[in-house]
Amino acid sequence: MRNYALWILLFSSITSMSQNCDHSLSGIVSDNHDGQLLTGVTLIIAGTEQAVQTGLDGTYSFSNLCNDTYYIQVSHPYCLTKGFTVNVSGDTTKSFKLEHHIEELNQITLEGKAYGDKTKTLLESTLNTDELERFSSGSVGDALKSLSGVSSLSTGNTVVKPMINGLHSSRVVIINNGVRMEDQEWGAEHAPNIDINTVSNLTVIKGAGALQYSGDAVGGVIIAEASKVPVKDSLYGKTLMTATSNGRGLSLSSQLTKSDQNGWYSTLQGTLKRFGDFETPDYVLSNTGVFERNASLKVGFNRFDYGFEGYYSIFKNEIGILAASHLGGAEDLIRALESPLPLTINDFSYTIDAPKQDVTHHLATVKGYKKFDDFGTLSLQYDFQRNNRLEYDIRRGDDKEKPSVDLELDTHTVLLDLESSLTDEIDLKFGLMTGYQNNFASDTGVRRLIPDYEKYDLGLYIIADYQLSDQWLLEAGARYEYSYMDVFKFYRTSFWESRNYDQLFPEIVIEDLENQILTNPELSFKNGSGTLGASYAFGESSKLFFNYSIASRAPNASELFSEGLHHSASRIELGDLSFKSEIGHKVSLTFQSDSDTFRFNINPYINTISDFIIIEPVEVQKTLRGTFQVWEYRQTNAQLLGIDVDASYEFAQNYRLNTQFSLVKGKDQTLDAPLIGMPPVNIRNEIVYQNPEFNHIRLSLQSAYHFKQNNYPNNNFEVFMPETKTYKLVDVSTPPDAYHLLNFSSSIDLNINQKSKFTVGFTITNLLDTSYRNYLNRLRYFADDLGRNFLLNLKINY
Amino acid sequence: MKNMKFLTTVVLASTLFIGCSKDDAPEPVNEEEVITTLTVTLVPNDGSTTITLQTRDLDGDGPNEPVITTGNFATGVSYSGRIVLLNETVDPAEDITEEVEEESLEHQFFFTTGGDLDITISNENLDSNGDKLGTEFTLLAGAVSTGTLTFTLRHEPTKPNTGLSDAGGETDVFATFNVSVE
Repeated sequence: MRNYALWILLFSSITSMSQNCDHSLSGIVSDNHDGQLLTGVTLIIAGTEQAVQTGLDGTYSFSNLCNDTYYIQVSHPYCLTKGFTVNVSGDTTKSFKLEHHIEELNQITLEGKAYGDKTKTLLESTLNTDELERFSSGSVGDALKSLSGVSSLSTGNTVVKPMINGLHSSRVVIINNGVRMEDQEWGAEHAPNIDINTVSNLTVIKGAGALQYSGDAVGGVIIAEASKVPVKDSLYGKTLMTATSNGRGLSLSSQLTKSDQNGWYSTLQGTLKRFGDFETPDYVLSNTGVFERNASLKVGFNRFDYGFEGYYSIFKNEIGILAASHLGGAEDLIRALESPLPLTINDFSYTIDAPKQDVTHHLATVKGYKKFDDFGTLSLQYDFQRNNRLEYDIRRGDDKEKPSVDLELDTHTVLLDLESSLTDEIDLKFGLMTGYQNNFASDTGVRRLIPDYEKYDLGLYIIADYQLSDQWLLEAGARYEYSYMDVFKFYRTSFWESRNYDQLFPEIVIEDLENQILTNPELSFKNGSGTLGASYAFGESSKLFFNYSIASRAPNASELFSEGLHHSASRIELGDLSFKSEIGHKVSLTFQSDSDTFRFNINPYINTISDFIIIEPVEVQKTLRGTFQVWEYRQTNAQLLGIDVDASYEFAQNYRLNTQFSLVKGKDQTLDAPLIGMPPVNIRNEIVYQNPEFNHIRLSLQSAYHFKQNNYPNNNFEVFMPETKTYKLVDVSTPPDAYHLLNFSSSIDLNINQKSKFTVGFTITNLLDTSYRNYLNRLRYFADDLGRNFLLNLKINY
Repeated sequence: MKNMKFLTTVVLASTLFIGCSKDDAPEPVNEEEVITTLTVTLVPNDGSTTITLQTRDLDGDGPNEPVITTGNFATGVSYSGRIVLLNETVDPAEDITEEVEEESLEHQFFFTTGGDLDITISNENLDSNGDKLGTEFTLLAGAVSTGTLTFTLRHEPTKPNTGLSDAGGETDVFATFNVSVE
């Protein structure tokens, strides 16, 4: 390509010689992908060697040209140089488009956007590759927690579920490489099945406005994207290794990309993580090891106007669950709560015993796009996911090695999207989604927690945005979703009758067995969702966003069909067959100011949710194993009010102060009581020293203060103690005290040669070895959180 | 246009692929480990009537409460006790005691009295390491009194131990009976 351009240059120098000329040639140069105007593009007329550069607005202008044919070389540091032939006749305008890429090699970071906006009127918080690499040994949930307004619902320190503005699980939709993750996200102890090392850009949208992905994201959307591959001849990769003192483990991740300037590319990537028992400042958290193995392969072809890609990834994670959290009934819970130390503490070990989870997630996708000059870009995607979840409990006899839960969830989806610019001001996105899902529960000798079902989905969306003026942009969208579930569920006869289901749903019974009945519920949900927003740009670098979104979410399998003891939660959970969709209305306002030295944004919001599905304790039930608390799902009206603040100030050259603050208050409006499990107020301050001139050295000290949650419902209950013939209060409600953590991190680049770079990082988390418990950690009743951890990161880019 | 045709075909083909037939109804799960019934048989050494304490919860963790049968002891009498655990959700009922005794190192029964009950438990049978197992025991009824008698089965307790407080493990059975010594 480059040679070809050179030939043209040489050749053209002969043809366009001296004439008397006074015409001009002008126009703009933009990115072929998203139309972004490119500044600093050099345009050279072959022969005369007359050269100009585009300005901030992407425009260029040549003067004193003749009515002739010119050959112009257009080049930009991050684009492939191209040659164009232009016929000048009078004053001519001509616009050029360049293929604008992220330069992956040697980590040149781009100012400007390489990834398109997901919504135009909601603030997007993004973690880029550099930030994500610091979490290489952790999980996606760990990385997301570093954003304001995002917290996590965790089970120990290895099962980390993201929580956006107080909402989690089925209310947070995760899009991985363009695919909506279907990994049994309904469960509070089911973490997302994504390898953080495959992600180079992680975006959080705190609302349902991104209707191209889903209409049921009452909480928000998380989008994980892989890096883009440049269209040029190249072979590059990176290897990251992290060793940690806490958990005494190692994480290793490597990837290699081969690209060709004819458009072909392929990337092979793999990750291995092995950790033993983690430790608090005072004791070992027995059976909390992790063994994670992931691999992915991507092959694709990318041109100006069309392209396609095939992708496959496997994620396999074995996670030990704290031994001391495995309990019988409330009598055991009392023991655990009264004991200052966990009930089981063994010596450090790498062995992962029951209770444990072993999850495998396969994801395969094929997608293609084609650009049509007159109506836009059409893309088509098919994806397949298989999620196999095994949960092991401590069992007896022949069942010892057998999982208690063995669920296989298969999902097929076809997406058809059209992106089109109707006029220069109006952009339109339109799409169609069909999906099929099949859940199969193997016989494990334990009653099925989630029944066998088949689900069919159909979705349709349209989003338009209108650039009214330089300041104002309006956005509107709508999505319709239909889903149909065909379920086979065994109910205990005693439960069926106690719930009056024998009166309400006699028609769904297909078989009456001795103690249980087999039913075939067929449920369908029709959900509408919409978004309306505006953004207003003013001043030097300020923006105001306003967005209203309505999201509708159909109840999930767990909310509908739970019926029995949930072992990992040590409680009986009951769903309700008659639930309808919950509908969230979220109004959010964002003020953003973005200058070089000072970045600031403030984002207050109100999320009002009708028929909000919550689970809460209703009574205690006696069984032969002791007393258990019964938690029942219920629909209510809820409201969440909150505010997120981010500020970053460069107070001296190379020194920056970052501050984050998040607050959310959740209220059950029907009961006029606080909602359970809301993240407490937290504030984070960080001082960063970063010097690009001195090997990109980066030093940071972070302070994170988590307040005590003072708004919580009282779910305490009493248990009869036969020894003393008295009732004892079981305090499961009171949140743990406030705590303060200090974290230090550092990194420095060492260049091996022009093509390779070596980066060394050293991090200490929980620097002061503080003992603390986190309200949103489900194991807080049983043990403290992690103590000090030293991490050594090594990275080689080649 | 050719592309459009291709795309349409793919969409249609995938719709066909998705619209497959209904699966067969699943088989009911045999719950292998559930303990529905605890029966304690106490044979007196004076030849009087055998006492049976039983708690039975056929729907496991379903909404029905356990059905409890209790009995009263005679003062000064010594009883040979034997605990039997059954899983009656399967037919024929499965004897869980056998499994507990096979894995004797990982199990132990504990006996607790409440109220004024004057009862002494001794002579528990032992596991293969010589520590207490307690599926068989001797009960001595003392003075006239009333109170509660509780049987607790712990899975994977710390052995040996001095009692429930330092045994750890997970509670598999927790059954309380109101009894009296007459």
